[in-house]
Amino acid sequence: MPAAVSIESLSKVYASGHEALKSVNLEIEEGEILALLGPNGAGKTTLISIICGLVGASSGSVKVAGHDIVTDYRITRDLIGLVPQELTLGAFDLVWNAVSFSRGLFGKKPNPAYLEQLLKDLSLWDKRDNELRELSGGMKRRVLIAKALSHEPRILFLDEPTAGVDVELRQDMWKLVRRLNDSGVTIILTTHYIEEAEEIADRVGVINQGELLLVDDKQRLMQKMGKKQLSVELKQPIDQVPSSLTQYNLELTSAGSCLTYTYDTHGERTGITALLQALNEAGLSLKDIKTSQSSLEEIFVNLVSAK
Amino acid sequence: MINYQAIRVIYKYEMLRAWHTLLQTIASPVISTSLYFVVFGAAIGSRIQEIEGVSYGVFIVPGLVMLSLLTQSIANASFGIFFPKFTGTIYEVMSAPISFFEIVVGYVGAAASKSLILGTIILLTANLFVDLNIAHPFIMVLFLVLTCVSFALFGFIIGLWATNFEKLQLIPMLVITPLVFLGGSFYSIDMLPPAWQTISLFNPVLYLISGFRWSFFEVADVSVGISLGMISLFLLACLLLVWWMFKTGYRLKN
Repeated sequence: MPAAVSIESLSKVYASGHEALKSVNLEIEEGEILALLGPNGAGKTTLISIICGLVGASSGSVKVAGHDIVTDYRITRDLIGLVPQELTLGAFDLVWNAVSFSRGLFGKKPNPAYLEQLLKDLSLWDKRDNELRELSGGMKRRVLIAKALSHEPRILFLDEPTAGVDVELRQDMWKLVRRLNDSGVTIILTTHYIEEAEEIADRVGVINQGELLLVDDKQRLMQKMGKKQLSVELKQPIDQVPSSLTQYNLELTSAGSCLTYTYDTHGERTGITALLQALNEAGLSLKDIKTSQSSLEEIFVNLVSAK
Repeated sequence: MINYQAIRVIYKYEMLRAWHTLLQTIASPVISTSLYFVVFGAAIGSRIQEIEGVSYGVFIVPGLVMLSLLTQSIANASFGIFFPKFTGTIYEVMSAPISFFEIVVGYVGAAASKSLILGTIILLTANLFVDLNIAHPFIMVLFLVLTCVSFALFGFIIGLWATNFEKLQLIPMLVITPLVFLGGSFYSIDMLPPAWQTISLFNPVLYLISGFRWSFFEVADVSVGISLGMISLFLLACLLLVWWMFKTGYRLKN
């Protein structure tokens, strides 16, 4: 069976000269949830837009279920549903009409029973006769999802589904994603929240400045990203790390007045208790202690420089 | 394979948009046509002699219809495609399994239909003021349909091309309105000095109005065959331009 989406050396240079994508290769397996993680302007939306037909690629190719997105666009787009990042909706359309319109656009015959169930699943059924402008931001996002699902797609793209969304809706969104995934829908979502990727994705792709830096199983990536640092400020600077502390791989900085310990939050033992005890036994008196987690940006920097 | 469902929903959506502004859609052409009749037909027209055997009030009817058809076809079609582009909702059409041809049929078809209805309303209104006899009804309908379709198509092109509201108004205001007024809507070019007659022949709208008027009174500035040829040529040019826009993904895919 061909991959749900197969991307080969895909590049995009906008008319302005901006290189949004640089030879991206990616295979998305049928039935998985893939999170594309990256800062704003990384190229996530461009990547999705090309696959969905909103933007033309400069070079490279994309196949959806084995069909080329340019020559067989009718087949590929039929398989795909897209939830855009912005709340792009008409103002005066009724919810029901808007969703029916979407279904028709995708060439599907009207199916009121399916749409009714869809709106009920998204808690939109009570709002079906409301104008779109009367809805709250969260409700509008649900309408966008309903529109994307109106033609029963097999692959769903969610572009930053939880950006600017309250906690409750975020939880609902994640539940919905899991439910859809259970019914066999392949899901690709973009996000700049690590927690979101951690919460629902099977695999995570990290994208920055148009380059796909890595695609990995979530568990493995989270271990790489889960590093935390404990910095210990000393009252008296020392020349070198006492030999009794060598097993902790400490780093001595700030002219000998700061010790840095790197540990894994996902590990069974972080070793902090033992370290503090060892510091005490070594006769070092502490001035201050702080912990810090590598931010997404730092991880990106590490990924880029490691290349 | 043609995505008929998509054409149907786009067409329906666009027609529904007019339904919501029904008063504006029907009242405004009726009122403006009536005003033209009061001013040009009754007040000024009574002092103007017959033109080639046709009284002035009757003579201006085809021109009035064309004036409204051209501006409304363009306005309707350009707005229909510009607005979703402006708000961003066009993403849905772009991501749907629908060809550019089907998009054009949906949007332009709806805009042309609305213009046809409008043209009919104006003719009915005119009939209240003057006695209209249509010499060649079929040719008249042919001109109506060709005009509505080509100028809706032209409006669609403008809507695609426009990147802001000012550009959207630019061509209708600066090009179409002058061309219609100088194209013999309210006069026969025989009434102009010879030099201006020659210049008028470069105005494409003249052929349209002349041919349309011929279908009513068998009175024309240029022969009806040339008129039909010109409007067909314009339609073809618009089709080619739209086809090119489709090929290059102009203003949509970048």
